[in-house]
Amino acid sequence: MRTGTSLIQIRGLSKVFQSSSGDVHVLEDINLDIKQGEIFGIIGMSGAGKSTLVRCLNFLEKPTQGTVFFDNQDLSALSLKELYKIRQSMGMIFQQFNLLMQRNVLRNVCFPLEIAGIKKKEAEERAYELLKLVGLSDKAHAYPSQLSGGQKQRVAIARALANNPKVILCDEATSALDPATTQGVLALLKDINNRLGITIVIITHEMSVVEEVCQRVAIIDNKRIAEVGYVKDIFTKPTTDAARRLVFPEGKRVEHFTGNRCCRIVFDGSSSFEPVIANMVLEFRQTVNIIFADTKNIDGKAFGQIVIQLPEDKLMGEKMMAYLRNRGLTVEEVHDFV
Amino acid sequence: MFDPVVVKMLALGFLESLYMTLISSVLAYVIGLPLGIILVVTDNGGIKPAPGLNRVLGSIINLLRSVPFLILLITVIPITRAIVGTSIGPTATIVPLVIGASPFIARLVETSLKEVDKGVIEAAQSMGASNFEIIYKVMLPEARPSLILGAAFSVTTILGYSALTGFVGGGGLGDIAIRYGYYRYQTDIMLITVVLLVIIVQVFQEIGMRIAKLSDKRK
Ligand SMILES: Nc1ncnc2c1ncn2[C@@H]1O[C@H](COP(=O)(O)OP(=O)(O)OP(=O)(O)O)[C@@H](O)[C@H]1O
Ligand SMILES: [Mg+2]
Repeated sequence: MRTGTSLIQIRGLSKVFQSSSGDVHVLEDINLDIKQGEIFGIIGMSGAGKSTLVRCLNFLEKPTQGTVFFDNQDLSALSLKELYKIRQSMGMIFQQFNLLMQRNVLRNVCFPLEIAGIKKKEAEERAYELLKLVGLSDKAHAYPSQLSGGQKQRVAIARALANNPKVILCDEATSALDPATTQGVLALLKDINNRLGITIVIITHEMSVVEEVCQRVAIIDNKRIAEVGYVKDIFTKPTTDAARRLVFPEGKRVEHFTGNRCCRIVFDGSSSFEPVIANMVLEFRQTVNIIFADTKNIDGKAFGQIVIQLPEDKLMGEKMMAYLRNRGLTVEEVHDFV
Repeated sequence: MFDPVVVKMLALGFLESLYMTLISSVLAYVIGLPLGIILVVTDNGGIKPAPGLNRVLGSIINLLRSVPFLILLITVIPITRAIVGTSIGPTATIVPLVIGASPFIARLVETSLKEVDKGVIEAAQSMGASNFEIIYKVMLPEARPSLILGAAFSVTTILGYSALTGFVGGGGLGDIAIRYGYYRYQTDIMLITVVLLVIIVQVFQEIGMRIAKLSDKRK
């Protein structure tokens, strides 16, 4: 992966929608740099303006203020024709796949090539190549209605790759898929990033998606970017409320943790997947209450988090946290907030 | 009643009806299809919103649609004379048929095209497709089955209108039905023309539905 120079620079971007009930301010003063070759996440609650932001990246939505530089070109300075041209180097995939239902898989992948004016024969060769890359060679002549959700998203990925884009923008690309299929699609995106060096921007409301594939993430909250940084840092030490809300499990009200001493254990992939809590309980002969747990095993490494209630005995609690830290885990005590 | 003269007359009427209907349908689509496309494209959520144009066009279409066909038929006689040179016979009848059918075809096309998923259009835009490419590479092909059904409906409706033009000497089966059935009380001949009309309607409807179904890849 070649990372370093900025591929996308968002500068002072604001978006206001005019509606019958007045102006709707959706984004305010967004500034972001997305680097060449990275997988960048943009996460936020529903309605935070994620889709609007990603649509501003290829100017499907014109910012009300500010602009976007793509590959050092100011998109707001381009003519419509130039904009069409530059969009060919920005692939996009969607939650609902958005395939052409009346075209078969092959011709769906050929579509962006047709738009780019590539000859039919050449386009089909390229399309077959791409279908092979996404593992759907045998489905070239099937219609989208005959495919599963995961297969449809793979076709959409092949289609997004057709014109050798510099970036792929993914708007909730896995939100309509089940967990196993999500893993497959994320793995494919990771692979594409790895092998082809294509920058990927992932819009999602699921922290697990960000954890799994992104190197850096921006948290969008209340129309603004609340926090930007490496996923590992934000996941282990969220500094803003918005970040904490996302990092912490949905549905778990903050109040649940208050009053008792709890500790949050973060598995960031640096420890191996072992029953660490159970071992700790055996070691100290003292039970703990697991308040929340969401961990998964990826390549033998543990990812996710567990929140446990520490024993009343303060010293015992300290010992337990030390025990966990010794296992290479990030442990933080959570009191009043979260 | 099956003397050769009557049979010949019925056969001619049949062919005239087909001729009027098909030519009118084609011409009405030449006008109605682009209008329907303009209605969708210039709509508020369309790919090139133009509220003023949309409203004006929509109003004209509504106005034309609200005029009963029989009244339209009589009102446009001067126009027909100016274009065709006469106001009677199948060719002359094409003029009111086209004027009467174009507005509802525009609405039918509009409805079909509005069914096309916004997301698919957005995807095409994200690939750098121009509005023109979106119309002819995305909207029209994606709406194809619905457009075909609409066309079958249009043809049968135009056939119905064409039968009505018999009142003003429009030619075709309707003309025969009115001349023999209504003015001379030869009910048998009228019945045969009605049966023939029913058959044509059935055939067109059936063909339309089959093609629409075959061409729809959504299952
Ligand atoms: N065309 C529009 N006109 C008016 N308001 C809009 C328009 N598009 C989006 N909005 C508003 O902007 C806000 C952000 O919408 P957006 O779709 O960007 O959110 P999101 O973060 O993608 O949400 P989700 O996770 O539900 O997809 C919402 O409150 C929405 O109602
Ligand atoms: Mg969204």
